[in-house]
Amino acid sequence: MSVFNQSRKNVVRLIFAIMFIVIIARLFTLQVISSKYKIMADDQGKFRKVIYPDRGIIYDRKNKAILQNMTIYDLMLAPNKLKGIDTAALCKILDIDEAQFSKRVVDLIIKNGRTRPAVFEPLLSDAKMAMLNEVMYKFSPAFYLQERSVRSYPYDAAANVLGYTAEIDTSFLKKHKDEGYVSGDYAGYTGLERSYEKVLMGERGIEYWKRDNKNRLTEKLENGKYDTAAIAGQNMHTSLDIELQELGEKLMQNKLGAIVAVDPKTGGILAMVSAPTYKPKFLSGSERRKHFSELFLNPALPLLNRTVSATYSPGSTFKTLQALVGLHEGVINTKFKVTCTGAFYGCGYSHPQKCLDRGTFDLRNAITVSDNTYFATVMQKVIDNPKYPNIDSSLSAWDRYMYAFGLGHKLGIDIPSEKRGLIPTPAYFNNPKIYGPGRWNYCNFRSVSIGQGEVSVTPLQVANEMAYLANKGWYVTPHVVDSIEGGDKYGVLDIYKKQHSTIDIPDSIFEAVHDGMEGVVDRGTGQRAKIPGIVFCGKTGTVENYIGLEKQKNHSFFAAFAPRENAKIAIMCVVENSGQGAWFAAPIVSLMIEKYLKDSITDKSRLELIEKMANTNLIPDRIYAAIRQQDSVRRSKDTSYLVSKKDVNTIKDSIGLEQDEETDILDKIKKDKDTTTSKKELPKKDSNNTVPAPEALLPGENKKPEPKDTVKK
Amino acid sequence: MYQKNPEIGKGVDWIMIWLYFILVAIGLLCIFSVEYRNGDGVLQSFLGFKKNYSKQMFYFMACIVLAIFILLTDSKLFTATANLSYLAGILLVLATFVVGREIKGSKSWIPLGFMNLQPVEMCKIFTSLALAKYLSMPETNFSKPKSQLVAAVIAFTPAALSILQGETGLALVYFSFLIPMYREGLPPGYLIFGAAMALLLVASLLLSTKTLLIAFTILGVIILFANRKQIRRNNRLLIIVISSWAFCILFVGIVVPFTFKHVFKKYQADRIFSMVGVDNPFTDKNAIDITNSADEKAKQKKNDQQNYNVKQSKIAIGSGGLLGKGFLKGTQTQGDFVPEQHTDFIFTSVGENFGFLGSTFLMLVYLSLILRIVFIAERQRSTFSRVYAYCVASIFFFHVAVNISVTIGLAPVIGITLPLMSYGGSSLLTFTVLLFILIKLDSDRQMVLR
Repeated sequence: MSVFNQSRKNVVRLIFAIMFIVIIARLFTLQVISSKYKIMADDQGKFRKVIYPDRGIIYDRKNKAILQNMTIYDLMLAPNKLKGIDTAALCKILDIDEAQFSKRVVDLIIKNGRTRPAVFEPLLSDAKMAMLNEVMYKFSPAFYLQERSVRSYPYDAAANVLGYTAEIDTSFLKKHKDEGYVSGDYAGYTGLERSYEKVLMGERGIEYWKRDNKNRLTEKLENGKYDTAAIAGQNMHTSLDIELQELGEKLMQNKLGAIVAVDPKTGGILAMVSAPTYKPKFLSGSERRKHFSELFLNPALPLLNRTVSATYSPGSTFKTLQALVGLHEGVINTKFKVTCTGAFYGCGYSHPQKCLDRGTFDLRNAITVSDNTYFATVMQKVIDNPKYPNIDSSLSAWDRYMYAFGLGHKLGIDIPSEKRGLIPTPAYFNNPKIYGPGRWNYCNFRSVSIGQGEVSVTPLQVANEMAYLANKGWYVTPHVVDSIEGGDKYGVLDIYKKQHSTIDIPDSIFEAVHDGMEGVVDRGTGQRAKIPGIVFCGKTGTVENYIGLEKQKNHSFFAAFAPRENAKIAIMCVVENSGQGAWFAAPIVSLMIEKYLKDSITDKSRLELIEKMANTNLIPDRIYAAIRQQDSVRRSKDTSYLVSKKDVNTIKDSIGLEQDEETDILDKIKKDKDTTTSKKELPKKDSNNTVPAPEALLPGENKKPEPKDTVKK
Repeated sequence: MYQKNPEIGKGVDWIMIWLYFILVAIGLLCIFSVEYRNGDGVLQSFLGFKKNYSKQMFYFMACIVLAIFILLTDSKLFTATANLSYLAGILLVLATFVVGREIKGSKSWIPLGFMNLQPVEMCKIFTSLALAKYLSMPETNFSKPKSQLVAAVIAFTPAALSILQGETGLALVYFSFLIPMYREGLPPGYLIFGAAMALLLVASLLLSTKTLLIAFTILGVIILFANRKQIRRNNRLLIIVISSWAFCILFVGIVVPFTFKHVFKKYQADRIFSMVGVDNPFTDKNAIDITNSADEKAKQKKNDQQNYNVKQSKIAIGSGGLLGKGFLKGTQTQGDFVPEQHTDFIFTSVGENFGFLGSTFLMLVYLSLILRIVFIAERQRSTFSRVYAYCVASIFFFHVAVNISVTIGLAPVIGITLPLMSYGGSSLLTFTVLLFILIKLDSDRQMVLR
């Protein structure tokens, strides 16, 4: 049989060709038209790995690193290789039982699958790490160690200034949407870590990796062609003197209170102690989980930065400012004298009020002995000055001085959660809930003249006030960070470069006030602060305070700048509930000044004084009572309701993520009208109920609504 | 005519040789791209005989030697030994039942030390030769059922044996012998009937039984109405239409559901349905209970695995886009996502690395090879050579079409290789021998009528 049917060869060819056309058409839809497979391929075949740069290092004024990075290890587990591992030995090292062990493994498998390694135990402590390292070979390849960088504190001091980093939450993510954060990242939560988050975090890098069918990263995509390198965070140089800070923390241990020391010329913070404080390493790395709730629930509020977030009545330290106002307004001169014979009449009191310092005082002596009558009279003259048509305008004039001195508004320090304090304005008193328009006069607030009553300040504001006095009329906004390595890209330091001097007061007025303050140290109320060989100016303060209606032991204040001429340090110290300003705050300040000016304290008696101060326990009984109460409640039920709601709010306020915008002073005055009203309401409510002890730990917020004129010194 | 001093190059079809080399080279590059990781020493590992691409290269060298050997032999040898070699091939297949080694679930391999040989694969050559020999015999009359039956027995015996070995995929390849048979005079009815049945089957899988019943009835009525005048004259057409309608109804309404419920195992039914992209509508709880044995479960698992393969293969090819990601830059093939990607799924690396243009180019190379073989077939003076050439073309066509269809989700997973490209000595050897015997026969086409 020869060629059977020639046409059939064409049929066969046609069949072949059609099949190939079908295949090519299918390839066209699959590869060119559909994008589904490209997305699926990228999903499973590529991995975008974020590379975290080291956070910036923070140095003190002598270039000592006070906050740097340390490598710590996570224990990783690849569940599919778990066979034949001596789990008992591992459990023993990690201090968990076998049930917990298998639960963790199951959890990891559910979360990540079998083949993908995941963190089994994060942030191994040094002790566990030491034990593990020797026997790690027994647990590999299922277990291995992966390094990660955490913050470390070479001096273990300045916790409240430096702050801590923590894992970000969803609200943070929402607020910082386009800044490259992803959940699981760490960001600064308090202190400098938060204020300079942008500077410290650096720029994240991104690496693109190929991923295989077991979800392992195999190699970089196209040899890293699309990768961007991580840029380390910028290092920062601060004005802190870490040794001074350490001394301050030592002196303030077992006390509630604060120390703020400023370089008056630059506004740089030298030391900033909030007591009680905590070891900063408690909130970094492996110990964080253990310590955070403990610190958070502590009734002494160690997480609260008292230097900027607590407000106190300024007490007698306020008198120096009244002297400035009186002299500059011309209502008194340096020769002006007030005599108190033992009784003080006025303001419609039917019976004479006691005046404590008998005798006749001129300005200098009035400051030196802290005479209440003198400054009450001075302020009365300011307020009743016929120059001003009414009390509203005279009080406003007085307010302008106070704002110029840095009070009543946030200074704008680079530490978050700064409070503004309170300087009473006409609007404040005109509020019907306080007195109402036309229904108040000087007698209603004359205790303000001696720093009691409707006035409150933060320790930072008092220190800044001392800098203002030392500089004779100007201050630089206090700040911790002096310079940023590699330049201040975001201009965050610009506001710390200019001098604030809104009212021009002649030097002679300052000299008079300085004379009085020198007298305080030399022969007046603050003699305990005397330092041989250093002439300096100081002022004591003894601040009455109340919880509800119950009077507490006075807060001890001392504020100073040294030396008198060409001052190098302006400092204030408050020790809560410790009695007179002279007793504790004055010696602490003198030690701090000596340490800073002489660089070291060598004198034996002074060294003994340090130990004496450090070993004195001045924590009020109510704190211990609160701790006992907490403990007993904790024994019956474990819950975080232990801390009263208000405390939690306070802490939240101090560690909260967002800070309200800083506005200028005029705005502030307007704002004060609203905020102070609500503030006034608060104590009234409080006074109605008998408050449990931990309620009342915020001085300033729980002032007695109507303080009497019974202030000593 | 006897040649004293055979010249290798004389009469050889160089186009074929070139296409052969191009395809093997592309295959080697693809295996290389699948296995190579950044940092491997290229030359070292090519010579190392450790990596698959290195092994494939050595197989290729062996194949060249064999090819030269084939070109040096007398082409009469193939006609002379066709039946004998077929018999030997069958014996080899049978031998696997005794000495076979199990690889990838089928006991169809004979270990040779340096490589494993799959006799069913080799048997394609011998079957082609034997079929060519039978059809070229003067006494064969292909219009007679007896001849058709003999040809069918020759073609399908190895297929039957291979089904017994569990290699259904390879068995299906033997259906490609229908094409040379058709070319040699097999009544087209067989092919049409087969195609119609396949169409009916696919339709009954895709559409619901009710829809089909209505569609067939309407179709039948239309045909009857259109041909009403002819029917009045001659009622034979009426009978044909009505009987085929009845057959379709019977097939769709009873045969298909019955087969899927009671004849096929659940995994088989699932696989067939998943091929057309429909969930198995014949699943019921009883069926699951029946198929609950461990063996069935294993097969079910294998089935899931195959679905995974196809999905991954589609992702890899689909992500290639128009131009592809570039050689060695494919994330999917480099990430080992596609199982068996150096053997049955080797096309994925072409699809991913070179995209639609590359894939189309490869398809065109294959098509030119196949059409070239058909062209060569038609220029033969001897029936033996022509039939053999058609056999080779059909086998190539079937392999390429089915293999590519599997990788792009047009066909269920049938484990057959992509000719000349897939990794594996057995497959490369078979296709090399198939091609070079053809080239040798073609080079002697002027000599004599066989």
